[in-house]
Amino acid sequence: MIDSPRTAVSNPPTQPLASNLGPGDVVRRSATADLPPPGRQLTEVAKLIDVSKCIGCKACQSACIEWNDTHPGVGENVGIYENPHDLTENMFTLMRFTEWVNPETDSLEWLIRKDGCMHCADPGCLKACPAPGAIVQYSNGIVDFIHENCIGCGYCVKGCPFNIPRISKADHRSYKCTLCSDRVAVGQGPACAKACPTQAIVFGTKEDMKKHAAGRIADLKSRGYANAGLYDPPGVGGTHVMYVLHHADKPHIYANLPDDPKISPLVQSWKGVTKYVGIAAMGFMAVGSMIHGVFARANRVSHEDEAHAEQLVENPAKAPPPPPEERV
Amino acid sequence: MAEPNKPRYAQPGDKVLPGKPVTVNRYGPGARLNHWITASSLILLALSGLALFTPALFFLTGLFGGGQNTRALHPWFGVVLFISFFVFFFQLWKANLPERVDWVWLRKLRDVVGGHEENLPELGKYNAGQKIVFWAMAGLILVLIGSGVVIWEQYFSAYFTIPQMRVAVLVHSIAAVLIICVFIMHVYAAIWTRGTLRAMTRGTVTGGWAWRHHRKWLRELAGQRKAGPAE
Amino acid sequence: MTNAWTDIKNTDLVVVMGGNAAEAHPCGFKWVTEAKAHRGAKLIVVDPRFTRTASVSDVYAPIRQGSDIAFLLGVINYCIQNDKVQWEYTKAYTNASFIVKEGFGYSDGLFSGYSEEKRDYDRSSWDYEFDENGFARVDPTLEHPRCVWNLLKAHVAAYTPEMVERICGTPKAKFLQIAQMIAECSSPTKTMTSMYALGWTQHSHGAQNIRGMAMLQLILGNIGVRGGGMNALRGHSNIQGLTDMGLMSHLLTGYLNMPTEREPDYATYMRSRQFKPLRPGQTSYWQNYAKFMVSFQKAMWGDAATAENDWCYHHIPKLDVPAYDILRMFELMNQGKVNGYICQGFNPVLAFPNRGKVVAGLSKLKFLITMDPLETETARFWENHGDFNDVDTKSIQTEVFQLPSICFAEDEGSLTNSGRWLQWFWPAATPPGQARADTWIMAQIFLRMRELYRKEGGAFPDPVLKLSWNYHNPGEPEPEELAREINGRALTDLRDPNDPSRIILAAGKQVVNFSQLRDDGSTMCGCWIYSGCFNEAGNNMARRDNYDPDNTGTHPNWTYSWPLNRRTLYNRASADLDGKPWDPSRKLLEWDGTKWTGYDVPDIAPTAKPRDVMPFIMNQEGSARLFARGMLRDGPFPAHMEPFESPIANPFNPKLRGNPVARIFASDVAQFGTSEEFPYAATSYRLTEHFHYWTKHNRVNAALQPEFFVELSEELAKEKGIAPGSWVRVWSKRGSVRAKAVVTKRIRPLICDGKTVHVIGIPLHWGFIGAAKKGFGPNSLTPFVGEANIETPGYKAFLVNIEPSTAPKGGVVA
Repeated sequence: MIDSPRTAVSNPPTQPLASNLGPGDVVRRSATADLPPPGRQLTEVAKLIDVSKCIGCKACQSACIEWNDTHPGVGENVGIYENPHDLTENMFTLMRFTEWVNPETDSLEWLIRKDGCMHCADPGCLKACPAPGAIVQYSNGIVDFIHENCIGCGYCVKGCPFNIPRISKADHRSYKCTLCSDRVAVGQGPACAKACPTQAIVFGTKEDMKKHAAGRIADLKSRGYANAGLYDPPGVGGTHVMYVLHHADKPHIYANLPDDPKISPLVQSWKGVTKYVGIAAMGFMAVGSMIHGVFARANRVSHEDEAHAEQLVENPAKAPPPPPEERV
Repeated sequence: MAEPNKPRYAQPGDKVLPGKPVTVNRYGPGARLNHWITASSLILLALSGLALFTPALFFLTGLFGGGQNTRALHPWFGVVLFISFFVFFFQLWKANLPERVDWVWLRKLRDVVGGHEENLPELGKYNAGQKIVFWAMAGLILVLIGSGVVIWEQYFSAYFTIPQMRVAVLVHSIAAVLIICVFIMHVYAAIWTRGTLRAMTRGTVTGGWAWRHHRKWLRELAGQRKAGPAE
Repeated sequence: MTNAWTDIKNTDLVVVMGGNAAEAHPCGFKWVTEAKAHRGAKLIVVDPRFTRTASVSDVYAPIRQGSDIAFLLGVINYCIQNDKVQWEYTKAYTNASFIVKEGFGYSDGLFSGYSEEKRDYDRSSWDYEFDENGFARVDPTLEHPRCVWNLLKAHVAAYTPEMVERICGTPKAKFLQIAQMIAECSSPTKTMTSMYALGWTQHSHGAQNIRGMAMLQLILGNIGVRGGGMNALRGHSNIQGLTDMGLMSHLLTGYLNMPTEREPDYATYMRSRQFKPLRPGQTSYWQNYAKFMVSFQKAMWGDAATAENDWCYHHIPKLDVPAYDILRMFELMNQGKVNGYICQGFNPVLAFPNRGKVVAGLSKLKFLITMDPLETETARFWENHGDFNDVDTKSIQTEVFQLPSICFAEDEGSLTNSGRWLQWFWPAATPPGQARADTWIMAQIFLRMRELYRKEGGAFPDPVLKLSWNYHNPGEPEPEELAREINGRALTDLRDPNDPSRIILAAGKQVVNFSQLRDDGSTMCGCWIYSGCFNEAGNNMARRDNYDPDNTGTHPNWTYSWPLNRRTLYNRASADLDGKPWDPSRKLLEWDGTKWTGYDVPDIAPTAKPRDVMPFIMNQEGSARLFARGMLRDGPFPAHMEPFESPIANPFNPKLRGNPVARIFASDVAQFGTSEEFPYAATSYRLTEHFHYWTKHNRVNAALQPEFFVELSEELAKEKGIAPGSWVRVWSKRGSVRAKAVVTKRIRPLICDGKTVHVIGIPLHWGFIGAAKKGFGPNSLTPFVGEANIETPGYKAFLVNIEPSTAPKGGVVA
């Protein structure tokens, strides 16, 4: 068996398969400093979403619901095609529709982008997560939430540059696309890619996906999309979910896809300098107090003090008078 | 002393009881109970907060029955702290208003730390250090409750944007570090200044303690006693 | 489809018009993306709305719904004017050179022979000139003023780009851009495919929409070639099977006709079905009609069908009207002339036009039987659901029997897809509860009915008593048994006519295909076009060999494609007059000097010489018809007709309303609205999240598109003060619905005939039963009028009004 699946379209074998993706393949683990290096390096995988081929049919959403057995509620129409209206703990992926009038051609373009976890090489969620092992990154690039370790704090939400994780109000755990790590573990591609009727979602090694994207970009350029390109943002070290965009020069037109996503400097300083300086400050206070306590004489009340007090109560005249400047 | 009848430092319930030694009522039972509620919640907050602040202290979640409980309880501790502290606050804020003498006291910090009380000016019910703790606590608790609500995922996630939450979480952690520092200072000062703790346990201090640390307050109480049971 | 889904990958240009392939056929649409990705094919979408298909198109043009004929004739005119015609193909393979009778003409939007009184044409002038041998006269030089080509040229001359813009609202520049792209496909090495669906069929002039494109495809030389064709995207997984199997009131299986009252006996019936060739040496394959008809009758009545009794011809009902289509049935119900209605796998309350009339009709029945895997609105038509089904339950006396049937995933059998592939499938799940197969239900009804006839006699028991019913378990025929019957078998030993001592096929053996059928009663066959699907080689529909020689997209060993496992109809036309492929890189067939060879089963006798026998063997002419003679009721050429409810008058004749020959029941005339009262042009359509009224029962689909809405332009929303996501009321002369408003840039007002036309889009999929929010369907609003030839109801172009409103009552079940 090859280490990582090369496609999402093949059918699974009928005999049961052992998982080929386990704790031993974890390269990063949230809130864990000294993780032993994995015994092997899996081939990096990626999902490539070709926005120019996507017809917005929501088969990916439906496959995602079915495979992950989630239960998004029946909502209402609020004047848009997005349903549910946002990613939720029951909807890991969402078609986002944008009606954009191209200022150059004055023609309408209906930009449809499948939103979901990007599986960043440098995942902000993992960086922000305080719970050891609640978020892991495998050597094949998948960033996965291990729900039994999740404490529901929502730090991943703040850490994510793409606004992806959602905390369940029911079980207070964070949910997002797993890149179907459970399918990938047995040689299958993600459910969404398998369901995609136009192969707008394809899956394979990151290298293959980049090659495939290059072909698609050439085709788009030949159709007049001069700025067609691959979205694999370097600000987060690249992603394992990539987009082919017709207008790669302005990702934000695709329902606010970040132009240059990176882990927010606020999050960086929160999980970086604040943590270290904070611990140092608190340590300094504690240790300083201790040293003072050990080396400095305790501030004790003397017998004289008590005597003065008694005098003041019994006979104020006998007690030492207030200092002159205070008598004013 | 513009209005001789109006006490400047003494607060309702403060009273000198003659004897050997003299005892002085400093805090009533309600204030003491509230203090310990505040103190406990602050300790619980610090422990649960630190558990989520750094992986090295994540083990502290064990004290609360795991990470999920820690996450769920922490903000409620915060609510308790907020309420109890501000009950306290409205009782004490006047006594904590800064005076000119506080600057004198602060300038002589070396003597404060060295325990050379004789070099310091006579003080009212609170010294500048205590006042700083008081106001720092008040301010930081406001900042913490405010930023805490923004990042209270369970109830308020819908009301704030992620950029707002990012600011809040950073502010919250910085404020938390500061309040813990203030807290350490407060606790240490109370321990180092012997005879202080009983103010929050029994509610009284000895006359000598009051003479030594808050002489003006003691003088005022003693003076009130002379004036008879008017108050 | 003339071609297969898989063949679309071979095209250079996809024109999606009268359909929304990406949205309604997302799985089939993958072949468009294949063509785009691997051949650099371009995609053109012409639609009133900027659809999901348009979102991946290269060029999109708006068009007013119901004006497609003007657009298509405009393109034909453009091609003729700019000499963008595949001349060799057009001259040889179409009837362009045929000379039309004197007397044929067209003026004021009408062809010769119109009678306003009868709302019908006398079609006798719509024919060729014949010589003394009964062959049509032709002028291969195309110079004769009355040859089809010159008549066509004159007919389309009015459809200038300006006229197209005036009628369709399509900006001239867009129209010209598209016309130019289409015209490029007149090159023998460039092909275009047409993908259409109900956006063309569901009009009173639906057949003419399709003819418009078919004619265009013919003059571009795109019929019969790889990546070409007329590709009807069928709306259900097996709706092709429905028509093939004759589930229409005027059809028997395999497009044999139901006899009429004017054909009291078999000889009379066959007299008009001789199909003599109209040109020398042509195949005219329908000359075999009798073989298929007799074999069908033998399949129906077995040994009881003999030459002496006209093969039980008298057991077949005779139509007294052209058809008992659904519109007529519900009209008759409303007239109180129908007692009972068996509704199998159908949901008329949401699917048939003018819901008010449908419910009124059902309310007059004595009994209604529904057979459906799902709870349907039709089964619950009597139940009050507040505003969503505001009926007075007490006043309805119809007795309703609900027979739960199994669903496709629990059943075994075959589905015929749009590409005519008969694909066998196997059950994947066990049926729930008391659900039974439709075959079981029908067999049980039949057996009980037969028993009653046996006991009680009755007016005419023979057709029932003598019906052939030889199944292993008469109570539940097995799918394979039925499939074998459909394929047909020899009833006696079939001997070689040239050598009677040689037995071609022994009695009892399955015929290899319909070429072995005979009209002497020695063979039986349930549906001739399907013959070959289950022969002695086994169940060919169950084949799953994905082998595709040279990546042609033919996949010859994947299931079975009717007829004769042929993947592309008219494939002989993929080669030139000498039998050489027009485009060697897209070869389908080739004449090797003695026979036709290639990737597909030739759609011509394998040894028919290329210059002698023309490719369109089903036509008496041997060639394709640019001029349809009298075969359609509404004209030998398409001509622009407005919808019955139109925002503008017909520019060719303002007095004409709709299709001048479409049938209208008297009671419905009063229910047509005018543009003064109902100023907005509405259309209805599917959304990709749902399938009809089925998936609203499924929590996943319901979550993905939960609630009924209508779509309108930002301009109209502003004019009417309608906020996105707010409630609106939309009403026509026939009914009213309330919906959420989706305000979008994807719909823009059109300028037609100098008038601003606002389009309102009304998706279907919601009702008062199921997991999704309660809602309405467009059929509450649509008019009760059918296509002039086959009575397909029109759902695509009608008039409504709109206003801001409030939530309907009854949405939440107490």
